[in-house]
This record gives sequence, C-alpha cells and structure tokens, in this order.
Amino acid sequence: MLDQPHGADILAAVARLLRDTLMPRLPPDAVFQARVAANALDLVAREIRFGETVEHEAHQRLQVLLNRDGSLQELENELSLRIRSGELDLQSPELAAHLWATTLAKMKIDQPNYASYRRELEARAGQQQTQAKE
Amino acid sequence: MSSVDETFSQTLQIVTARIVPGADGIANLRRLSAGATLQTWSFDAVAGGAFLHPLILRRSPGGLRSSESLSLETEAELIRALATSGVPVPTVVHTLMPEDGLGDGFLMTRIEGETIPRKILRDPQFAEIRPRLTAQFGAILGAFSRIDTARLPPLPFKSADVILARLSNRYESLGVARPVFEVAFRWLRQNAPAELRQYRLVHGDFRNGNMIFGSEGVRAVLDWEVAHIGDPAEDLAWICAPPWRFGELDRPVGGLGSRQELFEAYEAASGERVDTARAHYWEVLGSMRWGVGCASMLEWFTSGRDQTVERAMIARRVSENELDLMRILTGSD
Repeated sequence: MLDQPHGADILAAVARLLRDTLMPRLPPDAVFQARVAANALDLVAREIRFGETVEHEAHQRLQVLLNRDGSLQELENELSLRIRSGELDLQSPELAAHLWATTLAKMKIDQPNYASYRRELEARAGQQQTQAKE
Repeated sequence: MSSVDETFSQTLQIVTARIVPGADGIANLRRLSAGATLQTWSFDAVAGGAFLHPLILRRSPGGLRSSESLSLETEAELIRALATSGVPVPTVVHTLMPEDGLGDGFLMTRIEGETIPRKILRDPQFAEIRPRLTAQFGAILGAFSRIDTARLPPLPFKSADVILARLSNRYESLGVARPVFEVAFRWLRQNAPAELRQYRLVHGDFRNGNMIFGSEGVRAVLDWEVAHIGDPAEDLAWICAPPWRFGELDRPVGGLGSRQELFEAYEAASGERVDTARAHYWEVLGSMRWGVGCASMLEWFTSGRDQTVERAMIARRVSENELDLMRILTGSD
C-alpha cells in the first residue's frame, strides 16, 4: 500500500544531503553535529531494514534456549535471571551461540564499521571457508 | 557575548589581575568544554595588552555535580600535591574562593600541546613519539606507586568490590535486562581479586584523551576529578579499554602499544610486579563501567535531560560494549 521509495532509502538520501551538500558549507563546530546526525540517519535506516528480522530471530532462539513461550522482553528478562542464578553461563554452547548472534545482530544495525565487529565477522567467514574445504 | 558572559569575563579579569603579578587584564577567553556543571575556559593574562601568562580555568558555576567526582577544591589540592611526585601535572595557580565570585574551581597554567587522541594516533608529527608512549604511560603509573597517600588530600577509597557494587546497583536501577551484562557481572562477582596490602593513588580515568602531548611525549595528565585510593591495576587496565583504541585492535594500550610494554615500564618505575590476572579482572570491570555509563545515557535521553542526537547515539553504543565484553570474556581480546 505504501509507495516507494521506502523510508530507509529516503533516510539514505537525507544522509547524502547532509554529507555531500550541507557539511561542506557548515562552520567547523556544526560539521561535527551534522556528521553525528548523518550517522544517526544511517543507523535508523539499518534498523528499518534489519530490525524486525533481527528481533524475530532472537525471539525464536530464546524460545528454544529457554524452552518456553513469551514476548521477546519476557524471555530476555527470564534469560537474565537464569544467568544471574548461575543456571546458564558461557560454558553452555547454546547460551554462547545466542549471545554472540544477538550481539553481532545489534552491531550490524548500530555500528557495522566497528573494528572488533569486522574482526569477528572475518573470523566467522574464515571458519566457514575452512569447514567448506574440509 | 551575553550579559552573563560579560559579567563572568569582567570578574575573571579582576581575579586574574589580583593573582598574576603584573597582569592588568585578560585576552583570548574561550570555552573549551561546555558541561552544565563543569566548565573549562582558556585565556591569557595580559599586561598593557601584551601576553603575560597562559591560563586555564576549571570551574563549576554552581549546582550539583556527580557524587562520584571530587570537589574542585580537592582536585586542585591533589594536583598541587603531585607537583613534585614525578607525575606530569599542570601547575595550579589559584584555588577559587567565595570572594572571587566565580563559583568553585581553580586556575592553572595552560600547557600547550595536543589532546585529541585520534591526532596522536594518526598525525605524522607524532609518528616519532608514538612507539615510546606506552612505556611513558607505564612509567607515569609506576610513579603513582611511590607516592605516599598520607600526604594527599582525603580521597575516597574505591576497591574493586566497591566499584562493582556501585555499577551493579546502577545497572539494576536502569531497569533494562541485559543478558551480556549479567554474564559479565556474574564473572566479576566470582573472580573478585584478593584484598591488597597496600592501596595506592588511582587516577580513575587514565587514558590518552585526558593527557596533553607534545613532541617529546606526555606533557601532563589532566582531569583528576575521579581520582581515588584503590588498586593500581585499575589504571593499568583502563588505558587498555577498547573505546580508546580507535580501531587499533591489536595495540590495546590506547591504540599505541602492548600490555607487556606497559607492564614492563610500570614494573621498572615502581619496582612492583604486575599481577596480569588482576589487570585482566580490571579490564572486564572497566569495560562494565563503560557499558553501564553508555546504558545510563538512555535515561538522559528519555527523561529530557539531554535529548541531543549525540546523546541518543552514545546510548546506542551499548552494543559495542556488549561485543567488547563478549570478546574479553571468551578470550578473544
């Protein structure tokens, strides 16, 4: 029903406007603010693109991990309690896998250029290649 | 200039003329940082229009500051006490008194140099000193251990368990369940380090961004507002925290060098061994401190205390911290 371009594409256009057209004309203290604003628009665009899938996948993982139903928020609370009580820790491969997947999915939206995020992605891509060769 | 600024500038002129011998005015007054409760101003004392002395004013115009911070009066007293300690610090010229009419704070001699960490890491003019900075950091921290804490103004005592309890309460009060934080908190509770026989001066925010650099290296360590008595491993670990590596992942010490270089320089200067397990513990605790700080920014934003885009974006840096915690807890950092 909604027409195109989609919101994420419009945000990308606004970010380009800020960076390419407006920033060169701004005084130095305003350039910093404009850069932060452009980065914020990029983040929101990524959230529109990936947010729903990322939360849906996290929700599914939590249902399996905790073996119960509930909203995403309820399950996150439940997981936190089980970690606090010592019932689950990083020695559990299922918990480690869930926390890694969740953390990397958040970074994909929040800060995909962060150095340790890139490093983790490269390490995972490398492992997959090695496994494929074997 | 608004009339408030005008009054402030005139008052500062009167105070400067009184405390700097020969000065009859000020010039080049500019604000370096614009916190609501803590301001930093740069200016020059002048005589007959000619430059006389470069100055910095650190002041609180009134209002409540974080309970974690020292009073500016205590901070000034601490910096004065460090003048002969081997730790490079600015020279405090004057501690404000009520009759000065400028609020709480102090004046110090301005030290010229670079304070922006990215420039230290990237600009060619610092290429020559970069390889030596990690050892300098270690030597400065080593000098802390030779300071008799009884000769310092009264500072709060914060050991690992004190800091952990505070962070944990702060996290609870935010009311957002964070499974990665829970894993880190549990690890921190289970791996608490033993009590020390001797606690030392701790800067509390020892990182590149709180130092002034010149062509010869570190000229001064600034921002002593969260200094305390505690575990020397805290400062050794804090400067290894990921947020100030600026992408230089494999140079944990502020994006400049290795932990080993830092520890060796510390040991040479202090004559004391670094317990690397203890330093590792403090890296996790420091990362947690950064994370709880980012997570608190959400409250600033939603409560209307600070609704800037910048604040919102800092709040979204919690995920960066969760990644750093995952890396350090699984041994990849």
